[in-house]
Amino acid sequence: MLLSRKCRFGALAIAILLAGALIFTPGVFAESHQDAYKIGGIFSVTGPASFLGDPEKKSMELAIEEINAAGGVDGRMLEPVIYDTEGDPSKTVMAVGKLINKDRVTAIIGPSRTPTTLAVTPMVKRAKLPFISCAAGNKIVDPVKPWVFKTAQSDVQAVASIYEHIQQRDIQKVGIITVSNSFGESGKEQLLAQAGDFGITVVSSQSFGASDTDMTAQLTKIRQEKPGAIICWGTNPGPAVVAKNAKQLGIEIPLYQSHGVASPKFIDLAGDAAEGIFLPTGKILVADLLADDDPQKQVLTDYINAYESKYNETVSGFGGYAYDAVHLLARAMEGTNGDKAKIRKNLETLKNYVGISGVFNFSKTDHNGLDPSAFVMVKIKDGKWELVE
Amino acid sequence: MQEILQYLFSGLTNGAIYAVIALGFSMLYSSTELINFAHGEFVMLGALCMVTLAVNLGFPLIPAFFLSICAVAAAGLLFERLAIRPVRHPEPIVLIIITVGASIFLRGVGMLIWGKDAHSMPPFSQHPPLDVAGARLLIQSIWILIIVAALTAALQMFYRRTLTGKAMTACAVSKKAAWIVGIPTKWMVMLAFGLSTGMGAVAGAIIAPITMSSYDMGTMLGLKGFCAAMLGGLGSLWGAILGGFLLGILEALGVGYISSGLKDATAFVLLLLVLYVRPQGIIGAGEVKRF
Repeated sequence: MLLSRKCRFGALAIAILLAGALIFTPGVFAESHQDAYKIGGIFSVTGPASFLGDPEKKSMELAIEEINAAGGVDGRMLEPVIYDTEGDPSKTVMAVGKLINKDRVTAIIGPSRTPTTLAVTPMVKRAKLPFISCAAGNKIVDPVKPWVFKTAQSDVQAVASIYEHIQQRDIQKVGIITVSNSFGESGKEQLLAQAGDFGITVVSSQSFGASDTDMTAQLTKIRQEKPGAIICWGTNPGPAVVAKNAKQLGIEIPLYQSHGVASPKFIDLAGDAAEGIFLPTGKILVADLLADDDPQKQVLTDYINAYESKYNETVSGFGGYAYDAVHLLARAMEGTNGDKAKIRKNLETLKNYVGISGVFNFSKTDHNGLDPSAFVMVKIKDGKWELVE
Repeated sequence: MQEILQYLFSGLTNGAIYAVIALGFSMLYSSTELINFAHGEFVMLGALCMVTLAVNLGFPLIPAFFLSICAVAAAGLLFERLAIRPVRHPEPIVLIIITVGASIFLRGVGMLIWGKDAHSMPPFSQHPPLDVAGARLLIQSIWILIIVAALTAALQMFYRRTLTGKAMTACAVSKKAAWIVGIPTKWMVMLAFGLSTGMGAVAGAIIAPITMSSYDMGTMLGLKGFCAAMLGGLGSLWGAILGGFLLGILEALGVGYISSGLKDATAFVLLLLVLYVRPQGIIGAGEVKRF
């Protein structure tokens, strides 16, 4: 008797719960379809990659503000829902789960790093959600995944522009030193793969840990092979230590860095050792040096002015990835009424969009949409960037 | 020849740093049987204090150096007073978990105070690197070696010659017996914390000029220091020094002759080997002999 009463109580409780679910769920759906479009953002706002995530978060908010001020997308506002990944793949997975299941966003922008992006691409594929990554690694869009796009320039284009420059200077042998995380691994892969196309041999390939304090041993090993140039692939602070160590060892051959350190912070960290270093960068760092007929000049100047007046800090080369992503997404969302498949289709066919990181031409086989012209080579001289022909 | 020398220089510099960090671990262990996993964070605090005082506030080097050590040692005392002493059942596992928690807390505090970016500072003295048979030796490396040697000598003197040092050794041998003969063991534990964290700060302050300091630099350094302490024999002064230098040099040679990808693995493979073959460490004989 007691048992059956318990059962009955349980059944009643379940019934009430189910009824509740039936009553409330349509409400939730209706709400999310009439009000603002929710756009998810996941960036490494804190943690070692905060130099990427922090400006990206700010740029995403800036872009959404601009779009909303201009009347939104088809009259509907955009509402950002931003989570911090701390650059940690497992936290990114949790954040994406929350965006998909709890916040029910229309699309996701970010994350900032290649490992965090690769960790969540299977999730967005299952959820069939348009996803625009702000990370640099080429693996994100190679092979092409239907729902995954990216706005940051790839290491493919960066490596090509470095090698082009090295080839012009008649250097045949290079030594490379890469950070042992996926940014470095991806760079190393491209450096080794493309070397042959430019008639260059990689004579020594070394790696270093992201938080190592001394790279003299690796540089000594590279020097033994007598290369004509050294290429370092990493993000701060490691490459700054490499630059310092190279100077201390008295290495005279040119040092190339990747676009991963293209920020004033690198010059700050490396100090005197930054002098004479070459690196490829998006045009944003040298916007004021660009020729007036450069198609990106106007877009860049507007973005820089808006960012600097809103946040009162110097613009970095990374925020633009999120800024481009929001504007591309907004354009693709026009006239879709939030239909995710249509947004994806529109993104894939978007052409000639002039953004911060370059001119985007997406296609079925190219979900990055950029070509090597997205990069310019710069040299650090007297603590400032200088365009290299 | 030139390469071997260069690897050795690189190994000596790193080894000296590992040695100072290992000393901090060892010292605290010998007087409290506690392994402080927040030790690496005190190294970070030392480095960032040094950068702030010397670069941002423009203090001369020597006052900045001693001030940062005092500040970090004070933080260490506070840590003992607030987080370790009030524990009702001070079993080793509870205390170790507290130190792990403290390390996460300190990293957070570091991030709030110094921000997320890395910081750099100029070397102690502005000289070009020395050229020894084609290999370059940084002046900062010489500074590091001198400071580590002085520190070791001072510690040795402290333990052998001063009453307080002897009282600390007594505490390490048997806390109860020390208490019975009238040694204030609580003060000795506090002193051990202060000295150990101060030692961490020294490590931080001397590496600030050769590397980049950021709020998350402490974890790896702490682990390496722990490996070095285990390698030499936890609780032994000379063991910590030996372990530190051995680890640094082997790491550098490993990078040079095997693969740079295995740099961090060297430390942990060594640790495993030691734990299997000689759990008491290289110097620890039979029962670990304390200082």
